[in-house]
Amino acid sequence: MPGKLKVKIVAGRHLPVMDRASDLTDAFVEVKFGNTTFKTDVYLKSLNPQWNSEWFKFEVDDEDLQDEPLQITVLDHDTYSANDAIGKVYIDIDPLLYSEAATVISGWFPIYDTIHGIRGEINVVVKVDLFNDLNRFRQSSCGVKFFCTTSIPKCYRAVIIHGFVEELVVNEDPEYQWIDRIRTPRASNEARQRLISLMSGELQRKIGLKVLEMRGNAVVGYLQCFDLEGESGLVVRAIGTACTLDKLSSPAAFLPACNSPSKEMKEIPFNEDPNPNTHSSGPSTPLKNQTYSFSPSKSYSRQSSSSDTDLSLTPKTGMGSGSAGKEGGPFKALLRQQTQSALEQREFPFFTLTAFPPGFLVHVGGVVSARSVKLLDRIHNPDEPETRDAWWAEIRQEIKSHAKALGCHAVVGYSESTSICEEVCILSASGTAAVLNPRFLQDGTVEGCLEQRLEENLPVGCGFCHIPYDELNMPFPAHLTYCYNCRKQKVPDVLFTTVDLPTDATVIGKGCLIQARLCRLKKKAQAEANATAISNLLPFMEYEVHTQLMNKLKLKGMNALFGLRIQITVGENMLMGLASATGVYLAALPTPGGIQIAGKTPNDGSYEQHISHMQKKINDTIAKNKELYEINPPEISEEIIGSPIPEPRQRSRLLRSQSESSDEVTELDLSHGKKDAFVLEIDDTDAMEDVHSLLTDVPPPSGFYSCNTEIMPGINNWTSEIQMFTSVRVIRLSSLNLTNQALNKNFNDLCENLLKSLYFKLRSMIPCCLCHVNFTVSLPEDELIQVTVTAVAITFDKNQALQTTKTHVEKSLQRASTDNEELLQFPLELCSDSLPSHPFPPAKEHLESASSNSGIPAAQRATSVDYSSFADRCSSWIELIKLKAQTIRRGSIKTTVTVEKASPMGEGNFRNRSAPPCANSTVGVVKMTPLSFIPGAKITKYLGIINMFFIRETTSLREEGGVSGFLHAFIAEVFAMVRAHVAALGGNAVVSYIMKQCVFMENPNKNQAQCLINVSGDAVVFVRESELEVVSTQQPTANCQPSCTGGEVTT
Amino acid sequence: MTSELDIFVGNTTLIDEDVYRLWLDGYSVSDAVSLRVRSGILEQTGATAAVLQSDTMDHYRTFHMLERLLHAPPKLLHQLIFQIPPSRQALLIERYYAFDEAFVREVLGKKLSKGTKKDLDDISTKTGITLKSCRRQFDNFKRVFKVVEEMRGSLVDNIQQHFLLSDRLARDYAAIVFFANNRFETGKKKLQYLSFGDFAFCAELMIQNWTLGAVDSQVADMDVDLDKEFLQDLKELKMLVADKDLLDLHKSLVCTALRGKLGVFSEMEANFKNLSRGLVNVAAKLTHNKDVRDLFVDLVEKFVEPCRSDHWPLNDVRLFLNQYSASVHSLDGFRHQALWDRYMGTLRGCLLRLYHD
Repeated sequence: MPGKLKVKIVAGRHLPVMDRASDLTDAFVEVKFGNTTFKTDVYLKSLNPQWNSEWFKFEVDDEDLQDEPLQITVLDHDTYSANDAIGKVYIDIDPLLYSEAATVISGWFPIYDTIHGIRGEINVVVKVDLFNDLNRFRQSSCGVKFFCTTSIPKCYRAVIIHGFVEELVVNEDPEYQWIDRIRTPRASNEARQRLISLMSGELQRKIGLKVLEMRGNAVVGYLQCFDLEGESGLVVRAIGTACTLDKLSSPAAFLPACNSPSKEMKEIPFNEDPNPNTHSSGPSTPLKNQTYSFSPSKSYSRQSSSSDTDLSLTPKTGMGSGSAGKEGGPFKALLRQQTQSALEQREFPFFTLTAFPPGFLVHVGGVVSARSVKLLDRIHNPDEPETRDAWWAEIRQEIKSHAKALGCHAVVGYSESTSICEEVCILSASGTAAVLNPRFLQDGTVEGCLEQRLEENLPVGCGFCHIPYDELNMPFPAHLTYCYNCRKQKVPDVLFTTVDLPTDATVIGKGCLIQARLCRLKKKAQAEANATAISNLLPFMEYEVHTQLMNKLKLKGMNALFGLRIQITVGENMLMGLASATGVYLAALPTPGGIQIAGKTPNDGSYEQHISHMQKKINDTIAKNKELYEINPPEISEEIIGSPIPEPRQRSRLLRSQSESSDEVTELDLSHGKKDAFVLEIDDTDAMEDVHSLLTDVPPPSGFYSCNTEIMPGINNWTSEIQMFTSVRVIRLSSLNLTNQALNKNFNDLCENLLKSLYFKLRSMIPCCLCHVNFTVSLPEDELIQVTVTAVAITFDKNQALQTTKTHVEKSLQRASTDNEELLQFPLELCSDSLPSHPFPPAKEHLESASSNSGIPAAQRATSVDYSSFADRCSSWIELIKLKAQTIRRGSIKTTVTVEKASPMGEGNFRNRSAPPCANSTVGVVKMTPLSFIPGAKITKYLGIINMFFIRETTSLREEGGVSGFLHAFIAEVFAMVRAHVAALGGNAVVSYIMKQCVFMENPNKNQAQCLINVSGDAVVFVRESELEVVSTQQPTANCQPSCTGGEVTT
Repeated sequence: MTSELDIFVGNTTLIDEDVYRLWLDGYSVSDAVSLRVRSGILEQTGATAAVLQSDTMDHYRTFHMLERLLHAPPKLLHQLIFQIPPSRQALLIERYYAFDEAFVREVLGKKLSKGTKKDLDDISTKTGITLKSCRRQFDNFKRVFKVVEEMRGSLVDNIQQHFLLSDRLARDYAAIVFFANNRFETGKKKLQYLSFGDFAFCAELMIQNWTLGAVDSQVADMDVDLDKEFLQDLKELKMLVADKDLLDLHKSLVCTALRGKLGVFSEMEANFKNLSRGLVNVAAKLTHNKDVRDLFVDLVEKFVEPCRSDHWPLNDVRLFLNQYSASVHSLDGFRHQALWDRYMGTLRGCLLRLYHD
């Protein structure tokens, strides 16, 4: 009996009136866990009962602790008839099962009823006493931490990243059981909520077991989804990345002021680098000690030390001209073998992360995706969900082979999704093919010298752009050029990716949200005919989505997409495709060419005129966009540096030696070309429409930016105001003469209007940026299109100049305080530019080169220098990601596409860039954000995963304000319940929040509607930086306790 | 293509002050949209009318959901559904309970009953305030009245505690409750020149001095009901005008003291007996509920109007009233000095406030 669960019911408030006669309520509470139920006394005639119950104790297996939710039911006592239920609270006690998270759950929970919504609140205290050997029962996996965040959580470091974990469980959907015909809607909803809660718990426990088998202690990037397959059942599936995480001990230490040597010793024992040689072998040996002496002053000491090491060794590449590059070849090959062997032991070398520890990602090959259309059949034996498992295994296999074709052994930024309509289901998976550094994948078995020398060869800021596959044997035709940054390796002309922009990537100007939207009508059909029809349409949709993305990217004057996510939704009579990504201009990639329009009808004067008019409009738009997003040609930078641009011939000579590893890329099975996106042929009205629609996308109003990645490339000075929101729109299409064109226009207008509304609503926050804009499309009925958007608006400081001076001051202070640091700064910054054979004598000059390197115009140089140097010194996240163009397989059901998500910015970075945070700690406020961080604040503790599923139903739709009123209230209630749970855990924010599902069904004729919502996120404690600083100045040498600081904030 | 459903839910509830005002003023969504268009917001923001329509609808829906909570403001503070910063909560409450001067003058002193509610149509037409807004204001009055009516303790404190209003607004509500409870007539034509502020000022003085609470702070209704015993006792003042000697003596005392100081001395001297009779008779009549209701009508008829017709400057009125009340202390034959002070102290303040054009 490994655990004792203790529950105390304290009080209730704002209860609804249950007795019309007295306008009061006689409330009591049932507390249920597993099969045991306790009851409180009836508290007579009160809307604010004070039960103050004893401690109800449940003695249970830890397996049950993981699977079962605690169920609290509030009832109204009735002497003569059955007691009426007021509502329920489900509490997931999982956060209490691992040591570092919450120790007690205590607070006010909204009492929720699936028919009436929230009806008052109840104050509950929950504790768990776990007995010693947690793992005695092999069926439980207590102690494994779960994170929704798709990067290594802020106050941890990754010792090992083990890899992919997946699991699915199936069951019959209670809504479709025979008993549903005789029970009330409430009972049916509650059965469903409870079942899904149970299944989630079971799933999480099973995944935990897999993690323990892999000897990990955590799952990062945990994504759990429900497939409501209707008659055929209910599938709950989850994927994640197993890791071994280590808690960073002193969060307050990241302030320069807290520079205590004693701490240093505490942190070092767990040096993540398994190879001490790494540090001693390079020419920069003397730096090693400095690295250590300074790094403990930051909370990310280990991460920064490792990245420092990588970087400090890099200058050899820069100064040693081509020699290192030559050597790089064989070592690259070796690395591949190494990685391969590490990864090949795994069935699926997939990672759900979108941002990575420094040095983790060596190369990225491109985006891979696969789709498959399946016919659902009844799941006969829930205990053996083999069919569904086989389906996913098939798709994953395909992804794996696509990655292989791109010369990669792993897939990062991996995600899976489904779209279901009646008995047809589209399974989709996508990710970014990558080559990884084996160091994180196994326990210190890598040869040191190999690793070290490989690291030397990674050019900072452009490495991820270089192609990982062999240029002589390319998987698809692409224009390759030499990297505009290092001039040594080849890069493609355009890059599509599903991961976040690496923090060290050199970006010119700002980024923007780019969407491709597409509808295709399809005949209504049954079963197999339907599946075939869908299968036949899919490749064309993928192709068109890709073309649209490419065209829009060109129109913006940009050359790379990050965070690409393509969603294909199936409905009764149509298919919808929606792709979102964040476009940027990568300095390492060539300047994109314009868009040329070619007419097909010759000798028609007015037509030609029209074409040239269009061409002019397009050119104007490109020019305007370049200005808008501050995309300035990179030539300037080279002039400033004064370094000669290598002649093409020179470059090729220099680099030819590198085209080695052709044997690495084995089968290239993707040889289909893609249409060149540069030339738009206007041969019919459809094409004309396409061009028009290109031009109708309106840029956000001034002061607004938007992206679907975690942070906006090119904006760094975030201030602390954030506003997370969900917006839902449903439109009804007029069923008359629906054509693809009309449909496209409707869909396009829907999305554009929605964005416009968001900009208008949030205008008071200007200047601000909509980050992590996440669109979800569903087709609930024949003529209905539903679009759900969740995003966060973050304000930033327009006045960068102010920021600069501020940072200067800060910097000089730091210099004064730590001499070591100052010394160290040098080599770090040096290595960030990869200019060949150019010694950097004085600080000034080298600062200049750093800025010019990042392609920022002279006027802003000072600013950028500060940022970059700070980034180098403090950032725990230096990611090297390589991304490639995308491949499309035509004529098959499954298609290869790229998709991704945004990456969190280095904490060090953002700390230095954020404006002075507002000091007022708003009591009781719980922030919610889809991002993994909170601007202007530091996350000190992760309290556990929030994963909640709610059903709301009404039979009085009109009375509740129609569909809008109903859904508005429900979403507000969901937010409230999430916040209440977080607050009860002792937290003050949810990060990596996501609304995974919002299924809305209405029947206005019957005055009914039903909605299912599934949300998840990580509950955290954060501390405002201003408060941290106060603490640190008060006790400059003391080791600030994270818990006490957190406590202050949350009270 | 029609929009079936269109919502926006923020983790922090967005409150647009302008839209809130329009909602409080009772405009329909379409009226509010056209008013917003007229304000030039489209030009400022580059938005379209459709965006504005959707935004307005959304805010209206939010306000509609908040309204239930605004009926009991402490609920707004403790509820978990809408995360609203405290300053915004205060703004929501304060604005919701704010009322229009024109409206309050119409219902001040009336019984807050269904009957009055039926008259809101007329009030709306008369004042130009939308019926919806009238209803909200009326319901606010009634709600506050119901809650504090039977409560112990200071009226203003009770209102503040239960409705979280600002001090100023709580005082206004105290006046409204007080007037509604005592049904003072304020609608007569000759009272039209008086503002709500004038009445509220009088109400505060009366609450302080003439209610039960002025003597005993532990009684229910202490600030709402007038002290019946006190009103009974006021009959004793009648001798000031009934006893001719006393009246003459009073007059001579006042005249002696004010000679040369008053611009309207002769008018005062000529009118003294009338004025004094008026003021004392008002006091003596207060035992009857009907006469209590007509208090302000009487004061204006018996004092304000005579003085005004003789063009007394305000300062002269003040000098006269001071002297008039003080001189009573020198009347040896008069024993009810304390009673006189309790009556006249308040009345003097009220009259001075009521004396204007």
